[in-house]
Amino acid sequence: MEARDTIGAFGVRGAERPPPSLEAPSPRYGERLIKGLLGAAAFLSVITTTAIVVSLLIPTFDFFTKDDIGLGEFLFGTNWAPTFQPSSFGVLPILVGTLSTSLWGMLFAVPVGLASAVWLSEYASPRQRKVVKPVLEVLAGIPTVAIGIFGLVFLSPLVAEVLPFMVNVPPFSAGVAGLAIGLMIVPIIASISDDAMRSVPSGLREAAYGLGATKMKVATRVIFPAAISGIIASLVLAGSRAVGETMVVLLVAGASPNLTFDPGSSVLTMTAFIGQTATGDISTGSITYDTIFAVGSLLFIITLALNLFAIRMVRKYREVYE
Amino acid sequence: MTSHTGAPGTERTRLATSGARAVTLRQLSSQPRADVWKGNIFLAVLLFAVTLALAGLAAIILQAAIEGAPAFSTKLFTNGPSTVNPEEAGFRPALIGTLYLILGVIFLVVPLGVAAAVYLEEYADGERWWNRIVELNVQNLAGVPSIIYGILGLAFIVRGPLDLGFILAAGSLTLALLVLPTVILASREAIRAVPPSIREGSLALGATQWQTIRRQVLPAAIPGVVTGVILAISRAIGETAPLLLVGAATFVTFNPTFTGDNGYSALPVLIFNYASRPQEEFRVLAAAGVIVMLIALLAMNSFAIWLRNRYEQQW
Repeated sequence: MEARDTIGAFGVRGAERPPPSLEAPSPRYGERLIKGLLGAAAFLSVITTTAIVVSLLIPTFDFFTKDDIGLGEFLFGTNWAPTFQPSSFGVLPILVGTLSTSLWGMLFAVPVGLASAVWLSEYASPRQRKVVKPVLEVLAGIPTVAIGIFGLVFLSPLVAEVLPFMVNVPPFSAGVAGLAIGLMIVPIIASISDDAMRSVPSGLREAAYGLGATKMKVATRVIFPAAISGIIASLVLAGSRAVGETMVVLLVAGASPNLTFDPGSSVLTMTAFIGQTATGDISTGSITYDTIFAVGSLLFIITLALNLFAIRMVRKYREVYE
Repeated sequence: MTSHTGAPGTERTRLATSGARAVTLRQLSSQPRADVWKGNIFLAVLLFAVTLALAGLAAIILQAAIEGAPAFSTKLFTNGPSTVNPEEAGFRPALIGTLYLILGVIFLVVPLGVAAAVYLEEYADGERWWNRIVELNVQNLAGVPSIIYGILGLAFIVRGPLDLGFILAAGSLTLALLVLPTVILASREAIRAVPPSIREGSLALGATQWQTIRRQVLPAAIPGVVTGVILAISRAIGETAPLLLVGAATFVTFNPTFTGDNGYSALPVLIFNYASRPQEEFRVLAAAGVIVMLIALLAMNSFAIWLRNRYEQQW
């Protein structure tokens, strides 16, 4: 970008004599065509987003107009029974179900992930780092269906044994689903927070040591606050992943739309509702079909807000230190 | 500690030096006892957290290996699924379905992802609002939940404008859109890592911009791009939620094709179905399927990381 500006400046300085042309002698249509094609590929992402928004909006619009469900009834209703007679479309139970599993997941993942990040960035020797970080990244690639099976077959009986209040009706429980989600998002928090803490200039670190601060004080009072926007970004991204997670909750959280934050209760989340209902052959335009899209819209809005916030926070720490 | 001060190594000099050293260090680095204790406890907490994270994730692999071992045989690869007879059930159509899905994803995602990355890094003027929108868009798409892509696939690809029906190609297209942002972001990183001096040298010799990109920038960026593609593919292999919506059925007993409208199946979808059955035998079968999937994934991911370390160039 700056290179082009210098070329412009060059032209102004040599204004008395016409400067030698920097353009190629032929118009180079091929070059322009290639640039156009590459630009079209990049623009495909905008089309994807537009397609997502349009495909969500149209059936959602039908949901509120043709199927005549009130927006207030949808957002604040406390009874979720879209496929029963008489049906009821209060989204609060499945919204709270989503928040509940995400909350329990974050409760596990935030301390564990942040502590891992502090260790990786401030305490680990280069050799330990070189082993632990890639291992965490590889483990972050474990498919969520495998994590769900682990939660269902291993974690759930274990937790029911140790902390009975966490599993009311075995093997389904929001708390155990949260724990499995927590395992899934620990690598995200650890990896991004570690990057943020390592991008704090070492001058700050050395100055603090020079003033006689202990290692723990340097980590908690200097590095951690200095990296806070990156750390918040990692937490928000992890939260967004937890809210959007489907397979773990389908397998472990059960499928009862209970309006509760009780970790032992079985809950239905927004993603689980979509995954469970959309598998059958539902006909386009039916009220069930529209319901899936209305719930999808709500989910999309929540994760969009979280993602945009996280992207801003990442930009902020890049601006400060890079 | 090798401190060679004074005359080489009589026992007394060494003793004296280390004594003096210890006294000096003690004087200079004396910390209140409470701080030392707090520091140690803090480190212990950190180590506990790291161990917990690693152990928890390793337990997922171990548990699948132990649980699935009894069902692990060649039947998994040769037999089709079964609702009644878990001893004879296998994953063959699902494995082939996943293989086709991934081939489709590679075919779509490599050219599109690299092209978009080249445009954003080499051509796009970051000050222009449309380029900023594309950039923000890619970052945001990378965080959209996979089930939303399933909804997109259902409304836009299976039905709606493209109207492909519940065929394997529709699943492939959905997965490709899902991992495209990952490929773009990784390819951009790789292209950005090629130093500007390479480009300037090539341009100064009279090469056009596209010649510079094709002959200089892309070859240098290949290891990074390949790493990104492998990581994206391994994500696509394990994705289950969007496939549930775009018609990956469970009990397909014949080998699928790209456009055949008799339905298709995929490995993670069949694993999910087996796992949600109440019978113990099916859960064992699901665990065996998880092993197959994890072996493929861990091999691919490890290869990607090896590739990254092997070809990480210091310019």
